[in-house]
Amino acid sequence: METGMKAKIEAVHLNFYYGAKLALKDINIVCAEKRVTAIIGPSGCGKSTFIRTLNRMNDVIPATRAEGQVRLDGHNIFAPEVDVVELRRLVGMVFQKPNPFPKSIYDNVAYGLRINGRHNERMIEERIVQSLRSAALWDEVKDRLNENAFALSGGQQQRLCIARALAVEPEVILFDEPCSAIDPIATAKIEDLIQKLKERYTVVIVTHNMQQAARVSDFTAFMMMGELVEFGRTDKIFTIPENKLTEEYITGRFG
Amino acid sequence: MTMKIKKKDVAQALGFFLLRLCLGLVLFILILFLYDIIRKGAGSLTWEFLTKPPRRGMSEGGIFPAIMGTFLVTIVTALLAVPLGIAAAIYLNEYARKSRLTRLIRLSLRNLSGVPSIVFGLFGVILFVNILKFGTSILSAGLTLGLLTLPWTVTASEEALKNVPNSFREGALALGATKWQSIRTNVLPYALPGMLTGTILGLARAAGETAPIMFTGAAFYLPFLPRSLKDQFMALPYHLYIMATQHHAIETVRPLAYGTALVLIMLVLGMNMAAVIIRHRLRRKSRM
Repeated sequence: METGMKAKIEAVHLNFYYGAKLALKDINIVCAEKRVTAIIGPSGCGKSTFIRTLNRMNDVIPATRAEGQVRLDGHNIFAPEVDVVELRRLVGMVFQKPNPFPKSIYDNVAYGLRINGRHNERMIEERIVQSLRSAALWDEVKDRLNENAFALSGGQQQRLCIARALAVEPEVILFDEPCSAIDPIATAKIEDLIQKLKERYTVVIVTHNMQQAARVSDFTAFMMMGELVEFGRTDKIFTIPENKLTEEYITGRFG
Repeated sequence: MTMKIKKKDVAQALGFFLLRLCLGLVLFILILFLYDIIRKGAGSLTWEFLTKPPRRGMSEGGIFPAIMGTFLVTIVTALLAVPLGIAAAIYLNEYARKSRLTRLIRLSLRNLSGVPSIVFGLFGVILFVNILKFGTSILSAGLTLGLLTLPWTVTASEEALKNVPNSFREGALALGATKWQSIRTNVLPYALPGMLTGTILGLARAAGETAPIMFTGAAFYLPFLPRSLKDQFMALPYHLYIMATQHHAIETVRPLAYGTALVLIMLVLGMNMAAVIIRHRLRRKSRM
C-alpha cells in the first residue's frame, strides 16, 4: 500500500470452500479506496469466487464456507454481528450477464431504494436521474423511462445495472466480468465509466481480458488455481512482473 | 453422396409422419369422445336444465344444485390447496436446503399424487367426517379434494419458481434486499402466471372427481342449495354417476346424464381455458 492511500477492502488469509473443495487458498489482497483493483487469471482460477466473497454473495450457495477475514474499513465482514443486507448495500455488485429486472427502466433503478424503505417519490426520482447520469445512460433513456428494461441493448442493460447499483449509494462497486457479454463499443463505454466511478467509489473488477485490466485498473491481482500469484501496481505487473507465471500469462502463453 | 442425403430425408419424412399420426390419433379420440357427448347431451341443455333442481325422482328437471355444489366445493378445495401449495413450493424451492427432510417431502408429494382418489375419500371420512366431526359436508368434501390437489399445486408452483432466473434473486440481494424481499418483489410476480395455471388445472381435475366426495359430503338428491359449510351438497360428477348407474330408470334419464356430462366437461374445459388466458395476460404484462 502506498502513502496517501487508504485500504478500503482487505482479504486477510482468506480461504474459501465449496463443500470439501478448497477454491481460494490463503488470499491476501488490499483494495485501495477510490482506486480500481483488477483481478485477472485463467478460467476457474477463483477470481469470481473471490469477488463474490467481498459482498458475501456466496452465502446463497449451499455448503460453502469462508475462513480468514475480509475487512471493510477494518471491520471483518464475516463477524456474526454484521448485517449482510447492509453490507450488500455498501458493497454493490454488477454481474457478468446484464440482469435487469423485467420492469420499467425507472423501476429498475428505483428497486434498491424502495426495498431499503425509501418511499418519497420525489427523492426517488432525483436519485434515479442522478444515478442514470452517473452511469452515462441518462441521455439515451430520458425520454423512455417507463419502457421495459428488456428493450435496451445489452450494453445499455449493463449500464442500467450499474445505475441500479449506484442508486443505493454504495461505497464499493464490484464488477464480475461486466463486459464479457457485450460488444466492444459498449465495452469501451463501460471502461470509461469505471474510470469516472473511481473518483467517488472503490472499484474491484474481475476480468478475463488483460488489456481491459491494463486500461482501467490501478492495481492488478493475478490468480491461478485458487492462489494469488502476484499482486501490485498495474503498470508494474504488465511491464516487469516478478513471477514467471504472471509473465507467461500476460504475454499470452497460456490462459 | 446423393443416396445418403435421400436416406436421411426419408427417415425424417417417416419420423414426422409417425409423430403426426400419433397427434392425429390423440385428437381423434378426443373429438370422437366430445362429439358423442355433445350429440347425446346437447338436446337436454336448456335454460331450465341449468337453473332448476331435479324433479320427479330426478327423471325430469335440471341440475342447478349440482352445478352450484361443484362450484362451492371447488372454492373450499382452492382455499386449502392454493395457499398451502404455494407456501410449500416457496419453502421447498427458495428456503429448504437439500436435506433428508426435503427429500422425504418430495418423495411424499410424488407418492401422494399417485394415491387413488378413492383412498383420499376414505381418508377424508376418517379424518374430516369422524375425527374432526365436520360431518358429511361441503367442508369435509372440499378439504378431501384439497388434499388430493395439493401435490399438483405444490409441484406446479415449484416448477414455476424454478423458471424464474436466478439472476433476479441475486440482483435483488446484491442491492441489499432481504431474502424474503427478493422473493416477494422479484420472484413471485414472475412465477405467478405459472403457479396460477398449474393450480387451476389441478382444481379442474378435482372438480371432476367423484370418489373423494362420495362418502364425505355429496348427496344423492337435494332439492335445495347448501346454506352452510356443514351442509351436504349435490355435485356434477356424483350426479352423473347416479344418473348413469344408480337411477331407477337409467334408460329414460340417459339424455339427462349426457347433459350433465356435457356441463361437467364444459366446466373443466372452461377452467382450463381460464388458466391459459390468465397465463397469457400476466405474461404479456410482465413481458417475460
